[in-house]
Amino acid sequence: MFKRNARQDLIFFLVFSAFVLSMPVLLAPIGAGYPDLLQKFAIYGLFAIGFNILFGLTGYLSFGHAAFLGVGSYAAVWMFKLLTMNVIPAIVFAVIISGLFALAIGYVSLKRSGIYFSILTLAFAEMSYKLAYSVLTPLTNGETGLQVKLRASGPVTDLINQDVRVLDAAMGIEENGIPAPSLFGLEITGWQAFYLCAVMLIAGFYIAMRINRSSFGMMLRAIKSNQNRLNYTGVYPRPYLLAAFTISGMYAGLAGALLAVTDPLAGAERMQWTASGEVVLMTILGGAGTLLGPFLGAAVIKYFENIFSAINENSLHAVLSFLPDPVENALVSVLSMFVGEGWHLTLGLLFMLIVIFLPGGLIEGFNRLIGLFTRSRKQTTGENREEA
Amino acid sequence: MSEKKLIVNRRQIIRGAAGGAALAVPILHYIKDAHAEEYCNMPKGKEVVLGFNVPQTGPYADEGADELRAFKLAVKHLNGEGDGGMLNTFKPSSLKGNGILGKKVTFVTGDTQTKSDAARASAKRMIEKDKAIMISGGSSSGVAIAVQSLCQDAGVIFMAGLTHSNDTTGKDKRRHGFRHFFNAYMSGAALGPVLAKAYGKDRRAYHITADYTWGWTQEESMKKFTEKEGWQTVKTVRVPLGAGDYSQYLTPVLSSGADVLILNLYGKDMVNALTQAVQFGMRDKVVNGKNFEIVVPLFSRLMAQGAGEAIKGIYGSVNWNWQLQDEATKAFVKSFGQEYGFPPSMAAHTCYVQTILYANACEMAGTFSPAGVIPALEGFKFDGLGNGPTEYRAADHQCFKDVLVVKGNEKPTSKFDLLSVVELTPRSKVEYDPKIFGGELGPINTKPC
Amino acid sequence: MDAILLQVLNGLDKGGAYALIALGLTLAFGTLGIVNFAHGALFMLGAFCAVALNKLLTLEKVTLDPTQKTPWGAPLEIRTPYVEAWLGDFGKFLVDWSVPISILVVVPVMLLIGIAMERGLIRHFYKRPHADQILVTFGLAIVLQEIVKHFFGANPIPVPAPAIFAGSADVGALFGLPPNTIVYPWWRLIYFLFALVVIGIVFAFLQLTTFGMVVRAGMRDRETVGLLGINIERRFTIVFGIAAIVAGLAGAMYTPVLPPNYHIGMDFLVLSFVVVVVGGMGSLGGAVLAGFLLGILQSFASMNEVKAIIPGIDQIIIYLVAVVILLTRPRGLMGRKGVMED
Repeated sequence: MFKRNARQDLIFFLVFSAFVLSMPVLLAPIGAGYPDLLQKFAIYGLFAIGFNILFGLTGYLSFGHAAFLGVGSYAAVWMFKLLTMNVIPAIVFAVIISGLFALAIGYVSLKRSGIYFSILTLAFAEMSYKLAYSVLTPLTNGETGLQVKLRASGPVTDLINQDVRVLDAAMGIEENGIPAPSLFGLEITGWQAFYLCAVMLIAGFYIAMRINRSSFGMMLRAIKSNQNRLNYTGVYPRPYLLAAFTISGMYAGLAGALLAVTDPLAGAERMQWTASGEVVLMTILGGAGTLLGPFLGAAVIKYFENIFSAINENSLHAVLSFLPDPVENALVSVLSMFVGEGWHLTLGLLFMLIVIFLPGGLIEGFNRLIGLFTRSRKQTTGENREEA
Repeated sequence: MSEKKLIVNRRQIIRGAAGGAALAVPILHYIKDAHAEEYCNMPKGKEVVLGFNVPQTGPYADEGADELRAFKLAVKHLNGEGDGGMLNTFKPSSLKGNGILGKKVTFVTGDTQTKSDAARASAKRMIEKDKAIMISGGSSSGVAIAVQSLCQDAGVIFMAGLTHSNDTTGKDKRRHGFRHFFNAYMSGAALGPVLAKAYGKDRRAYHITADYTWGWTQEESMKKFTEKEGWQTVKTVRVPLGAGDYSQYLTPVLSSGADVLILNLYGKDMVNALTQAVQFGMRDKVVNGKNFEIVVPLFSRLMAQGAGEAIKGIYGSVNWNWQLQDEATKAFVKSFGQEYGFPPSMAAHTCYVQTILYANACEMAGTFSPAGVIPALEGFKFDGLGNGPTEYRAADHQCFKDVLVVKGNEKPTSKFDLLSVVELTPRSKVEYDPKIFGGELGPINTKPC
Repeated sequence: MDAILLQVLNGLDKGGAYALIALGLTLAFGTLGIVNFAHGALFMLGAFCAVALNKLLTLEKVTLDPTQKTPWGAPLEIRTPYVEAWLGDFGKFLVDWSVPISILVVVPVMLLIGIAMERGLIRHFYKRPHADQILVTFGLAIVLQEIVKHFFGANPIPVPAPAIFAGSADVGALFGLPPNTIVYPWWRLIYFLFALVVIGIVFAFLQLTTFGMVVRAGMRDRETVGLLGINIERRFTIVFGIAAIVAGLAGAMYTPVLPPNYHIGMDFLVLSFVVVVVGGMGSLGGAVLAGFLLGILQSFASMNEVKAIIPGIDQIIIYLVAVVILLTRPRGLMGRKGVMED
């Protein structure tokens, strides 16, 4: 029984990996086959998968996860500025720093639960954002954003504007202009950057799957279903919660680091609470508590953001031109509310519908559809649902 | 039992196929992607794509909207439609009125949201998805600098729109970035003497500054040139972009002993801060025996329109004004006014000019390749685009021309007649050594993308 | 001295806005137990009622004057608002006073919106976890603000206060100080007074009427009130409508202080939750007290003297206070025992 589960997991994992790696080809027909967007799929997918470890498993709703993403970005860019353009130290350092940051904030915030927990995380995130914008300017370069600069030739007086890259300098790497992030000499831009993100996503997915299947994951789910009962059985849930919070913070940090790798600039906007709200949207939309849901939600939202928002009235007119004019015009004026700049409206409505009717997200929707068509094999669908 | 076996078999097939696909797809993909391109986004068809990346939301949205209008007008004129505007007065011109190098000009637009992150994402989309060969736009120097370095890395040209920070062509200059607009240093150099003449040499100034690269350099330049005239700086306060309610920053001014308030803010931020300063009675105050004064170093007609009454009698500097009387300005105002029903702002003007200059450089070079376009722009001297004789300095890609000092009109004759020109500071007074700001242009990037 | 007085005034003005928003939020929470993330959107809708009225009143008739030409050669356009053309001086008065007049629009409109929201959506979420309530109202907030964005655009729209309140009042003279030492904008003073009046009305309504008594009883113990044969549900619907009105009024009157954009609700939402938490979940008095307290605290934190000691404090003071209160006294300043203490 247990063995079969492991086997199913393996297949599930392999299919997922194959899909992620072939996205450049598979998604090209729907206009998503360009590196910037696919990088975003992978990065925000990771962010949401990490967020799901906290929210999906324990039910603790954090509205401050964007802060960890921002911290990860800043940490990664600082590594680029100080040590080397190699992406490995940047990623490792970003994950460690955001992990520590999450540990500290989680330790305080988890003293409360429910809505108080949400508000505490919200308050911490807003504080981080406001500080990054004001007094922490020497670390963050404020609104301008922290950027990779030229390596200083003389004495260094201003680290924001003069980079040192000690390791690169020690290894005698020549720089002609501002260098791009690299992986042992291979430049990480465009498609290379996408494959790096994809590999990270697959690794992150694997770890999340292992956590899900472990006794630790079981404990987290127990917290969600009934914390009191856990308390009565003598289990003290906070260390588990803190571990989950920190791990999801590290995922956010990794996502932040990858954002910095694909585009070496860190701005404070990505820490704002509405950015935290976005990852909540992604997770719920796809299906909180499921493995695939968060990635699906992230991809759908990023796809909408880039593709749906580019549709305008002219393209609507072109599509609907077969209709009689008055009908066409009426339809276009209604539809234009939902596309182009109004795509957030579609997103908001979709999100509300999902919270109201499909608390399990798109994944639950798919499962219900599958259930409709394969009623005869009800048993297997029941299992699938748990698995997905 | 047999059914189970069947499932396993099917899964094995799926697994095998998936594994194969996982390996094969990336490789195939590389092969597909490696078609011949001499430089990033080399135009292959009958059209060439320009990317206009302007703030459509946020505190600089009014400027962004006007920039977009100017871009559209410039594209029209380049394609030989409309009355041609400043194409008729521009010299020396290599433009033929049939697009650029015979290719029809098309464009894509994006919203920078006045945020570096969003601006770069939008510029990236234009380069990667829409294959734009040149990106233009701005209205926030933070955004302009961020996008400029992205364009350098990608190997496309960035023709900056409205960006006024010294850093854009100072320590953050790039080989692929060009700026026609003037900068904070020039504003300071032009305003300093005028302010000293109007308000006296014994003044105490309080700065409220937008907290990002433009604000910082503007504050630095204003301090430098007012202190040179004998003014003191009482305090400088940094405020976040888009603060909205400035009351908490304005109230301390009144008790600080300052008698001049310098607002290093722009767009809606300036409009809000200035109106609120007037509401707090600042312009009626007498401090140290002198009338309290407000200075807005970087002015624009759009801001003046937003601030209404509050703007009257206030000094500032502009890059260009639609009421100038030269032939080029008249031609531009005419075609812009006929198209949209109101005169262009200076943001619109600089964006129009930049698009024309880029197109002209391509014609001069006979190619879209940065290797040809960049040398054509470097050191290019021209006239007939509204600012008199102008030069793109090769050392830092900054345009040098005369600077206008203006004052809010006390008695406007129409709702667009808001600024009157006080002085035309000649180019020689505002010129500086490119070395003072540091930075390096870096190499020309012709790597295919 | 005068600097401190000025900061107190500033704090009261900000605090007025905080208190009004928090009051509405608490009203909905205390009675219905709903965590309403769309409350900021209600504030925004109120502000846009004022904007819409102003736009409506200033709809312009365009006439062309062929004798005068613009610099680009087109005939000069002369624009006059229809209202002025029809009603003369009274029309001018209407346009000038559009913000105070908008109160007459805000009250019925917001009442309807509030009732519709409660009946149509919130009602189905009483029994669902707080997380679900947060999520669905967050979604609703996005929908509402996007609808407003569609009709009014993404940029702030300035709405002027009546001309006679455009200037500033010499507050210092009231305290016997020499003239022009403390001047404060008229409209901000009016906003503060307005906030006091609205708060007074809400409290009087809850304390002095039978309806209010039933609602207060329902807040304490809904079941018992229900067992007495009182239809508490219907009253709660009306309470939600009142909460929406309070938020809407706060928004409408705030427009001359800060030109509203579609996003203004989200900006106030976080603040208002912090205020509610500091005051104590479900405590009306606490919300009002915390609103004014935090407003004044924020004002003092932004004094240059304070910032010199603790840099950046003006940016985070409110959140800092919220964190400290939540950790040391989760019931807030005046919270009742047993409310949301899970």
